[in-house]
Amino acid sequence: MSDTDTVEPVRSIRAPARLEYRFTAGAAQSRFLRHLVEGKILAQRCPQCGKVYVSPRGACAADGVATREEVEVADRGTVTTFCVVNVKFAQQVLTIPYVSATILLDGADIGLMHLIQEVEADQVHMGMRVEAVWSPPEERGPTLESIRYFRPTGEPDAAYESYREYV
Amino acid sequence: MRDVAVVSFAQLPNVRSEDKRNEVEMLMPVISEAIEGSGIPRKEIGFTVSGSCDYLVGAPFSFVTGLDAVGAWPPIQESHVEMDGAWALYEAWVRLQHGDLDSALVYSFGKSSLGPLRDIMVLQLDPYCVAPLWPDSISVAALQARAWLESGHEESEMAEVAARSRRDAKANPMAQLSEERDPATLLEEPYLVSPLRRHDCPPLSDGAAAMILAAGDLAREVCERPAWISGLDHRIEAHGLGVRDLTTSPSTALAGRHAGGTDVEVAELHAPFTHQEPILREALELGPQVTVNPSGGALAANAMMVAGLTRIGEAARRIIDGSATRSLGHATSGPCLQQNLVCVMEAR
Ligand SMILES: [Zn+2]
Repeated sequence: MSDTDTVEPVRSIRAPARLEYRFTAGAAQSRFLRHLVEGKILAQRCPQCGKVYVSPRGACAADGVATREEVEVADRGTVTTFCVVNVKFAQQVLTIPYVSATILLDGADIGLMHLIQEVEADQVHMGMRVEAVWSPPEERGPTLESIRYFRPTGEPDAAYESYREYV
Repeated sequence: MRDVAVVSFAQLPNVRSEDKRNEVEMLMPVISEAIEGSGIPRKEIGFTVSGSCDYLVGAPFSFVTGLDAVGAWPPIQESHVEMDGAWALYEAWVRLQHGDLDSALVYSFGKSSLGPLRDIMVLQLDPYCVAPLWPDSISVAALQARAWLESGHEESEMAEVAARSRRDAKANPMAQLSEERDPATLLEEPYLVSPLRRHDCPPLSDGAAAMILAAGDLAREVCERPAWISGLDHRIEAHGLGVRDLTTSPSTALAGRHAGGTDVEVAELHAPFTHQEPILREALELGPQVTVNPSGGALAANAMMVAGLTRIGEAARRIIDGSATRSLGHATSGPCLQQNLVCVMEAR
């Protein structure tokens, strides 16, 4: 018998790796994040197609042009799609079930993802009108967590036609 | 083969840290400049392909966000290589050989400033027997430099490459590192990782570049002096450093032969470390009459995933501006010149 027949095969090795990175938010996103501290939601409008992007990334992905014009959008809007989270995972901070939703803020042309609270998960639906619940000013930072969550406004549902392009 | 040419090239000035702009904000001006330089309307470009590396950003699928700079609506034909943009150029050239499309946009971007680059590059090594030892990229290059010196070379040859590259870079506004130094005084400096001194290593650079290719009549229509690609080839060697002769570059030699890399006036060689330039010169059989790296090369600006495409862009630029009639651009990838691409261009 040769060695290859008798040697116990190695089935795995441990090779730990750790690399630390910095993240460059960029000019547009930095201004968006700074405005959250002031309780404002800053967006950018495309000079070609007129679409309003939030959070802005400095470019219109459809046209590939810089979006320099800044506009403020409302801190309320319409739920276009949502997901009820029923699965436990590591680092989960919220108790399940909870709802993540895409919210079309009034004046924006792209949905913003955030949490929906102060309502039972099974009551959340498309077209539901919601508003931001901000952290107190002294607790805000340049992060989307400056908005704690969105909650229903109690307004009548938005008509499907008003958000069908954004679903 | 279908006639394909480089008709436009643009690059950002290389800097140590682009800490204000994200990748999209960096790409937008450079892609626009390349497209406008070609005169081809953006929406008429047939194929788009990019080169970048998620490990540099520390985020998966980071190239997808880069697409925001392109204008991908209505949907475009698009591809990506997890490599230097030079290999994106290769894919674009192959795609144009199909014959149904006449133009392509090639772009690449890379920020070395986001993470510990010397350690990030370890992840390209053999994951079982080499990477767990974490030999950083300068140490790996130093192994090659040591082998090369012991094959009969002197450190003064390396210092001369450094001095010439940084001196030439003074005429290149896109370069990051340029200076006038006497090779003899460079040799008085301490080793960084023996036998490499600081000047033997490339700068850490953030950058981006974009290129437009056009085929046949379209190239003639949009460009007075297109840089026609007369040959393009890339070859790879074994992954294991121990099974290679690090003092030569057989993959470069083979790619050069297949690409017809003879009788060129200018060669832009992607040699991030000084000792790699003479290895590449020898593999490509470049005589003393060939001007090598007039841009300063990767020793003057080394944005990862960009520096290779930039070599080809610089070589193409010299055809387009009329200062050369036949030029060669080279790009490398992997540790110690593992994989090499040669692109030969000419005026017609
Ligand atoms: Zn637009």
